[in-house]
Amino acid sequence: MIQAIGRRAVTAVEAVGQVGHFFQDMVRALPDVRTWVGPAIVQMRRVGVDSLPVALFIAAFTGVVLALQASYTFTGAVPLYFVGTLVGKTMMLELGPVLAGLALAGRVGASMAAELGTMKVTEQVDALETLAYDPYAYLVVPRVIAGTLMFPIIVAFAMATGIVTGWLTSLALLDLSTNDFLKGLKLFYVFKDIWFGLFKSATFGFTITLVGCIVGLDTRGGAQGVGRATTHAVVYSAILILVLDAFWAVVLL
Amino acid sequence: MIEFQDVHKAFGPKRVLEGFSLKIRDGETVVVIGFSGSGKSVALKHIVGLLHPDAGDVIVDGQAVSTLDRQGLTAVRRTIGYVFQFAALFDSMTVAENVGLGLRRRGLSAEEIEDRVREALALVDLSGTDDQLPAELSGGMRKRVGIARAIALRPRYILYDEPTTGLDPVTSAVIDRLMIRTREHLGVTGVVVTHDMRSAYTVGDRIAMLYEGKIRQVGGVTEIQETEDPLVRQFIEGRPE
Repeated sequence: MIQAIGRRAVTAVEAVGQVGHFFQDMVRALPDVRTWVGPAIVQMRRVGVDSLPVALFIAAFTGVVLALQASYTFTGAVPLYFVGTLVGKTMMLELGPVLAGLALAGRVGASMAAELGTMKVTEQVDALETLAYDPYAYLVVPRVIAGTLMFPIIVAFAMATGIVTGWLTSLALLDLSTNDFLKGLKLFYVFKDIWFGLFKSATFGFTITLVGCIVGLDTRGGAQGVGRATTHAVVYSAILILVLDAFWAVVLL
Repeated sequence: MIEFQDVHKAFGPKRVLEGFSLKIRDGETVVVIGFSGSGKSVALKHIVGLLHPDAGDVIVDGQAVSTLDRQGLTAVRRTIGYVFQFAALFDSMTVAENVGLGLRRRGLSAEEIEDRVREALALVDLSGTDDQLPAELSGGMRKRVGIARAIALRPRYILYDEPTTGLDPVTSAVIDRLMIRTREHLGVTGVVVTHDMRSAYTVGDRIAMLYEGKIRQVGGVTEIQETEDPLVRQFIEGRPE
């Protein structure tokens, strides 16, 4: 029993050390701009453009549900124009960044872990090293930069989409006028609502891509190992997104 | 010159190399033979710093690989071409992009890269496959692309990890001929890891048998063929006992 606890403690400490080393190697690779700038542009397109439809789809339906649930909750107690307030605040502060983050943890994090994991088990990462490339500069830095820069852009579009679908739902199903929806939307709006959501989503992008890369490059054991890495990337990213979400709420709000 | 000096390497409780010492002189091709899992590929990876020894060292051109910083290691790697067991081609790149990737790193112009890629593919009899993806190639062709990627760099040394494993006898003979042609045309020093004895006799100047983490016997092809060491005999004759 004590031995098992000890073993787990050692494994946990080793994992922290491993992440520390990984982070150090990534920072060391940053000045090698010539190596990472080209792949970073490719990754920005893959992370950004290719992920946009998923994020917008989720945001569109979230906006609809938010408007309807707000109206249901407020009925008879709170003026209906507060639907605009709730849709706006929730999309900007919470659901825009978090739902997009969770969805993209599945899409981006899993695909990065699978891609790098396959490269690792088929010795492509070793091949890169023998060709005098630094795998951190060629594989990790472009992905993490792409995630950190593109997530806020995706989330900005998701926020706008959720608010628009919330507004359209209010017009079509709640007998709320555009003026009333906008009145509610502006009521408690502060600029911090936007930058808080976007900053948070940048940290989610950083975390998801970093986890995808760490888990991917640590893959061992063929196809089964790649499958395991993919699952781990999604689970760890989702947990870290929720932890970070709470952390930023405590620190920044 | 490449020299293994009393190299020890273990993975957890499994000791793979235990006092492995071997000198590879400039211009020769040394074939390292041994049972599956005996540590041949592990030894090869020490030369390019993909693995680091627990004790002892590998010396390449007078430099101890494990003591080099990232820059020093990169400089050593630029003198070495590595042919992986399953070719390790980049799936998302075409044949030409695979062969040219290492050249891009060396800062060559686009025309120079194109010329070198064409020349390397011609040397492995794969002219005209430039735009194909690795998935469209047979196993033997993939290995030849792997060799082209290594020789395009015009290295001083080429390391071959199981170059004929999994290939039919005719394709294996083609790969053997390529390795000989590479040595003759480019004058490179070669280290070949294999358990294919026909290939070992064809391409090797010397053959070294790795057993239980260290060299059991090293010598010329005839010397190995006529060995009286029962274990080496068993291996080269492929007898179960």
